[in-house]
Amino acid sequence: MSSKLDTLYRQVIMDHYKNPRNRGEFDGDTVTVNMNNPTCGDRIQIQMKVEDDKVTDAKFVGEGCSISLASASMMTQAIKGLKLDEAVAMSNIFSDIMLGKEYDDERFDLGDIEALQGVAKFPARIKCATLAWKAMEKGINDHK
Amino acid sequence: MNAKEIKKQFPILDQNVNGNPLVYLDSAATSQKPLKVIEAIDDYYRRYNSNVHRGVHTLGTLATDGYEGAREKVRSFIGAKSIEEIVFTRGTTTALNLVASSYARDNLKEGDEIVISLMEHHSNIIPWQQVAKKTGATLKYFPLQPDGTLDLEEVEKTITNKTKLVSVMHVSNVLGTINPIKEIAEIAHRNGAIMVVDGAQSTPHMKVNVQDLDCDFFAFSGHKMGGPTGIGALYGKKHLLEKMEPIEFGGEMIDFVGLQDSTWKELPWKFEGGTPIIAGAIGLGAAIDFLEEVGLENVLKHEHELAEYAMERLSEIDGLKIFGPKKRAGVVTFNLDDVHPHDVATVLDAEGIAVRAGHHCAQPLMKWLDVTATARASFYLYNTKEDVDALVTGLVKTKEYFGDVF
Repeated sequence: MSSKLDTLYRQVIMDHYKNPRNRGEFDGDTVTVNMNNPTCGDRIQIQMKVEDDKVTDAKFVGEGCSISLASASMMTQAIKGLKLDEAVAMSNIFSDIMLGKEYDDERFDLGDIEALQGVAKFPARIKCATLAWKAMEKGINDHK
Repeated sequence: MNAKEIKKQFPILDQNVNGNPLVYLDSAATSQKPLKVIEAIDDYYRRYNSNVHRGVHTLGTLATDGYEGAREKVRSFIGAKSIEEIVFTRGTTTALNLVASSYARDNLKEGDEIVISLMEHHSNIIPWQQVAKKTGATLKYFPLQPDGTLDLEEVEKTITNKTKLVSVMHVSNVLGTINPIKEIAEIAHRNGAIMVVDGAQSTPHMKVNVQDLDCDFFAFSGHKMGGPTGIGALYGKKHLLEKMEPIEFGGEMIDFVGLQDSTWKELPWKFEGGTPIIAGAIGLGAAIDFLEEVGLENVLKHEHELAEYAMERLSEIDGLKIFGPKKRAGVVTFNLDDVHPHDVATVLDAEGIAVRAGHHCAQPLMKWLDVTATARASFYLYNTKEDVDALVTGLVKTKEYFGDVF
């Protein structure tokens, strides 16, 4: 199978898809956002526990492709412990990665997220990768 | 009919995509265009581009002849009585919206019923939802049989004497189901309702005769039948179109304009405000010529064979589920194990194979099927058994690829 495909379906992405982190729902008070990708029918729910301007925990549930679910898994991992502004800043960095732009790789430890770089070469799949991030951003903006 | 020879007349199909020969299996979304259509549009812009119905000059006459000539081709193609019954529109969606916004809003009231089916495309759902909201009419649905077909007994039960409008797709863009329009129209008429047909997926593939179907309105798009995007048509029975008000007002559609009041041109021009889609209509006319040379009965036979062959070959793949009835048009919708249809489509694309993945603009149907999305391969006259074989090979690779990474 082509190597271009391997740049998209990196091992670490498949690992998040197969073993999603933070999949589930919280009881009690959370910032909750539901978002659809109307072009394909993917659905996602992001929940964040917010205390003192900080995301203390995050979970997701949803139906979607490997890219959208892996991205949600990575996102919920990455924003834990970040201030709300920082989570939004990370989302902006993620958008830059998706657009194939130069991005700030020093401000945060992006970890697994950088594995999603390959999505930039598959324009039709960028919306899959950004769905969870858009939902997270919306949750934070609504919360503010 | 020789699909391999036909394929040579579609320049776009002769290319490599991602290093592999293109296998185009997304004609239900939009078909490719034969050289004849591309040349007809090119010729119009090079030789006689001009506005229609007003220029006294020579090019204006040529353009008008081209545009109105295309209308006559459409009339004959779908078996309408007269060109007065053929309104050019932007496509099926615009045509259905014209019926909804003009006829339905003016003729339906609270207590009336609109009936559509659960397999409809969004463009044959939302216009009626909007009519129901504006008029107070109720929107009802024909239930589906487990295999994704309509049952005439259920149709008979669902349509009542309160039903004023029934609208059904001729062929399902997801399941490939061919609906019994003539029979449904008879039931609708017996109950005093009018019959609207979404012909987007039938007109390109089978001989349609609106008089034989006895539908009151019939909508279709040019781009799914080898024509360009941005052109389609609404057929309507003359006595209904005559009573309908235009929904777009301006140039081209008027008879006399005063300071406070104006009158409209006769049919069909009163519905065609503004400079029309001249090149599009000429391109559609060329597509009709092309299809008639091949013969629609040959196209349908070829697609039946391909669909049958595809279902047979696809069922060899372990974990592949096909949706819809056995007898169908050239559309095969499926899911492969737990691999999301988007991932299936991306892996196939890497092999040069174009399929559609998603909800296919039929969310109520997806809900009924209990899936969020599916993959779909759709065939046209230029597809061959080799294309189906490529799809099967691609799907086996997809399975292996996702099997490996899991």
